[in-house]
Amino acid sequence: MKYRDEYRAPDAARGYADAIARITTRPWTLMEVCGGQTHAIVRFGIDQLLPEAISLIHGPGCPVCVTPIAYIDKALEIAALPRVILCTFGDMLRVPGTQSDLSAARARGADVRVVYSPLEALTVARQNPRHEVVFFAVGFETTAPANAMAVYQAQREGLGNFSVLVSQVLVPPAIRALLERPGNRVQGFLAAGHVCTITGYEEYEPIAREHGVPIVVTGFEPLDILEGVYRCVRQLEQGESCVENQYSRAVRRPGNAMAQQVMQAVFQVVPRQWRGMGDIPDSGLGLSPAYRSYDAETRFGAVNGEAEMRGDCLSGAVLRGEIRPDQCPAFGSRCTPERPLGVTMVSEEGACAAYYRYRRPTGGSARE
Amino acid sequence: MCLAVPGRVISIEGDDPLTRQGRVDFGGIVKPVNLAYVPDVREQDYVLVHVGFAITIVDPHEAERVFHYLECLETLEQEADELEPGRPVPQ
Repeated sequence: MKYRDEYRAPDAARGYADAIARITTRPWTLMEVCGGQTHAIVRFGIDQLLPEAISLIHGPGCPVCVTPIAYIDKALEIAALPRVILCTFGDMLRVPGTQSDLSAARARGADVRVVYSPLEALTVARQNPRHEVVFFAVGFETTAPANAMAVYQAQREGLGNFSVLVSQVLVPPAIRALLERPGNRVQGFLAAGHVCTITGYEEYEPIAREHGVPIVVTGFEPLDILEGVYRCVRQLEQGESCVENQYSRAVRRPGNAMAQQVMQAVFQVVPRQWRGMGDIPDSGLGLSPAYRSYDAETRFGAVNGEAEMRGDCLSGAVLRGEIRPDQCPAFGSRCTPERPLGVTMVSEEGACAAYYRYRRPTGGSARE
Repeated sequence: MCLAVPGRVISIEGDDPLTRQGRVDFGGIVKPVNLAYVPDVREQDYVLVHVGFAITIVDPHEAERVFHYLECLETLEQEADELEPGRPVPQ
């Protein structure tokens, strides 16, 4: 596939790895923010190509993973009501709520449908005028314009039986929160390229300046990630802290103006609770007053309850980058994708799922 | 979840800017994609597609840069080595 396969060329990857090794004079700790990057790093063994001095720690950039458990419980509660169809991205199906998950609810007879796009949920609403159709709108900035468009179109068509359960989160406030945590080890960030296609990267410039950390907007293929690491290490070695754009084939500094316009009409910035990170001010999106009648929380009651899962799952520490998934005592034994203790083992982008899939304890190719 | 896949726009239909659709070819698999967020897109452009929406147009010139950047690094280092042959190489 063009614009994908060529960024996986092994020779060029080794070229970058060698270039990184040549400029590295001391240990550096970088965080890749996005779960999609984590998967690429673990899948292609990018961390193993890097010099020992470079540590990559995995960030909280998995929207499914950071969605508070109270939202899963709310989705389950709504799905159990008569004449309700709950539409969701497939990633949410097996995320455990307090008692159950959406997949089990569907097996018990709830009408839970997996959609690829929020526009499909609109189609379901058009086709089922006697049902309430609720779309579980989860995601980072990458997904927010798509989710916003579904609400925008619903209002334009007067589609009164459609609503959204919104758990949208924003990356820059989470980066700030990580940097401000006591004991923070992260010295540079690979920012999530697809998020920045929408938002651009101006908002990252004050973070880099104020915290003295390089931030490199980075793509998702092995060469992208290696170039992102190179640029980040080069800045660290030279004592710089700027925002650079590695993913320039897709990201422009101001972002996508049209997408921002629809997002800003439909959503407003709100405080959000993150699993593993707690309350972060201004770190989420909720429906703006003009669209509040499309809020599932207006129709079915507000979400309240805890963000975190009880029990012995260490996914909070994984999401904060404090431990690697394979350092959790339950990893691969009491916790597997079939019987997950926590959401980071369930989600396609969860760090635990990536390690389980590509670094099975028995296959043990992980360093250390 | 923020996965976005590159594909080539093979046709564009509709005049309404919000519902303008394209048929996008992902290495042989063709799917309908909403083009509301790429108002400047033209047929044969490559776009990144996320949950049914094109979110950005791939810049073909910038797409080559990652390879040139590496070549530049190697050339710069060679030149530095030639200027300073005894320079210790950091490990």
